[in-house]
Amino acid sequence: MKLKNTLLATAIAFSPVAAMAGDMTIGFSQIGSESGWRAAETTVTKQEAERRGINLKFADAQQKQENQIKAIRSFIAQGVDAILVAPVVATGWDEVLEEAQDADIPVVLLDRTVDADKSLYLTAVTSDLVHEGKVAGEWLVSEMAGEDCRIVELQGTTGSSPAIDRKTGFEQGIAGHDNLKIVRSQTGDFTRAQGKVVMESFLKAEGGENICALYAHNDDMAVGAIQAIKEAGLAPGEDIKIVAIDAVPDAHLAIANGEMNATIELTPNMAGPALDALEAYLADGTEPGKWIQTESRLFTSADDNQAIYEAKKDLGY
Amino acid sequence: MLMPGPKSSVLSRITPQLIILGVALLLNVIVLPDFFHIDFRNGRMFGNLIDVLNRGAPVALLAIGMTLVIATRGIDLSVGAVMAISGAVAASMVVDGHGWGTALLAALATGGLCGMWNGVLVAVLRIQPIVATLVLMVAGRGIAQLITEGKILTFMNEGLIHLGAGTIAGVPTPILIWIVLGVLMMLAVRRTALGMLIESIGINERSSRLAGINSRVLLICVYLVSGFCAALAGVIVAADIKGADANNAGLWLELDAILAVVIGGNSLLGGRFSILASLIGALIIQSVNSVILLSGLPPEFNLVIKALLILAILVIQSPRISYLLYMLRATEPRQDPGQSKPKEEAAQ
Repeated sequence: MKLKNTLLATAIAFSPVAAMAGDMTIGFSQIGSESGWRAAETTVTKQEAERRGINLKFADAQQKQENQIKAIRSFIAQGVDAILVAPVVATGWDEVLEEAQDADIPVVLLDRTVDADKSLYLTAVTSDLVHEGKVAGEWLVSEMAGEDCRIVELQGTTGSSPAIDRKTGFEQGIAGHDNLKIVRSQTGDFTRAQGKVVMESFLKAEGGENICALYAHNDDMAVGAIQAIKEAGLAPGEDIKIVAIDAVPDAHLAIANGEMNATIELTPNMAGPALDALEAYLADGTEPGKWIQTESRLFTSADDNQAIYEAKKDLGY
Repeated sequence: MLMPGPKSSVLSRITPQLIILGVALLLNVIVLPDFFHIDFRNGRMFGNLIDVLNRGAPVALLAIGMTLVIATRGIDLSVGAVMAISGAVAASMVVDGHGWGTALLAALATGGLCGMWNGVLVAVLRIQPIVATLVLMVAGRGIAQLITEGKILTFMNEGLIHLGAGTIAGVPTPILIWIVLGVLMMLAVRRTALGMLIESIGINERSSRLAGINSRVLLICVYLVSGFCAALAGVIVAADIKGADANNAGLWLELDAILAVVIGGNSLLGGRFSILASLIGALIIQSVNSVILLSGLPPEFNLVIKALLILAILVIQSPRISYLLYMLRATEPRQDPGQSKPKEEAAQ
């Protein structure tokens, strides 16, 4: 009887794996661990693969394209079923992508795209940076509901594409609402320290009571700015509304503590949609679109941020 | 300088720096009329001038150590990386449950050790300072990342946070730290022969050694002090944001520190030095940063404005311009030329 139970349990435990189309092996060439978000992306990709019973071969390129190309060539030589790449730069991929195509191995790009012919890869899974900024702008429009609001903006590193796109998106989001006005905009270099320093100067140049909202291009700068607002004797989240982008664990914690109002997630789960598309493609040849946009989810105090913080804090952020 | 002798020599040494600082502050007043307004909020002094003194703290601390290193004809490129290391050490100590005092001591010891490493490379192995300290500049940030495991290590230890974000009698702690350390260091080098010995190494190390100065030990000590100052700056920067950011803490600050020393009228070729003038140099840099932030111009202009202002400062201080000013004043009748004598010693 006992033996029978054990056998049954074993059969149930292994059934999802057996249901997969054979043992799928996928190679994943990651850029490296340049930031907390990148580390979280790696963790989530491994989790997604494990959940689906996929054998994931992981290669860390340490921020070098030649390492990525080597990794992809070795994946091709090993005859993997598919390849995931988070490309470190946009150019120089044609040759190795052609090699993969000749070997009949589909390639999916994660998080960034490349300057190569679209036929050379199956699809690209990325977030839309402009859209993220737009979600932030639209949130503030609905939050203010027609009231006048003087906004200060903490930009990312000057000239970087997230800074340009998130600025453009936010301006699109608040366009046509004359009650909202960006009165000061300065770079905080995406860092906590600089976010705090620049917020201090905003508070003095404008007067803390004349600022109604802060839009930061990433959460780290917002976390720094929160400290500056507190030191000025104001209540972040109440006296000054704060919206930022990325949804890192510390932002969820700040929202849970009532010191921040909203954050838009740059999801580290790029692999989920990528693997969905790959499974469908390998099963019956369903071609996905050339661009899969990840969801830019808005988190506010309406969500259970304490729980999200607990869940996210061990992802490697 | 706290040199024994007439007070006017100290004043005339730092006069150019004081004038430039005055002009930089004036620019601030132009972009924000109530720049000098200070009030109490939340139990702390609150105002733009306080910000300049507070935000200038890391560069001021680095400049104290850097002045001594440069006086020996050396340079320390590693201070930014040492800041990252010591911040990471302090953060990881309090995260592991140690008290803030232990964490501070560990961070300072780490900084001293880093400085000693530089000193040994320079003084014992005779590697050129710019190359010797470049090693730690490159490797240091990696070491810091190993300590923090690549993420921003946040902490909630009130004592440690107080060093960066707290106040004593309403004055932000970093301001008090750099002023106290600056005064102590000025007393140490000017009330004793230490300053003169350091200068003599910078002017001619071989003859100093032949004259009986233990230049090897003194050089190691000077780099050790620089590492110690960098560690203190690193702890303040980490405490200020309640987290050790190995990627960004102290990034490029070694260059600001060298600039502060140069604006202070100290020669990169070693010799006579003034810590006081370097500290004013650090405040000048912070005042320039403040103008940029308060001006409200788009961030694309930041670096251009800073470069132009710094260029103007350096041109005004250049030996050629000083000489022209000197000649101009010398042609005026009844002017005591001794008063307006340019700092030829410092400029050679």
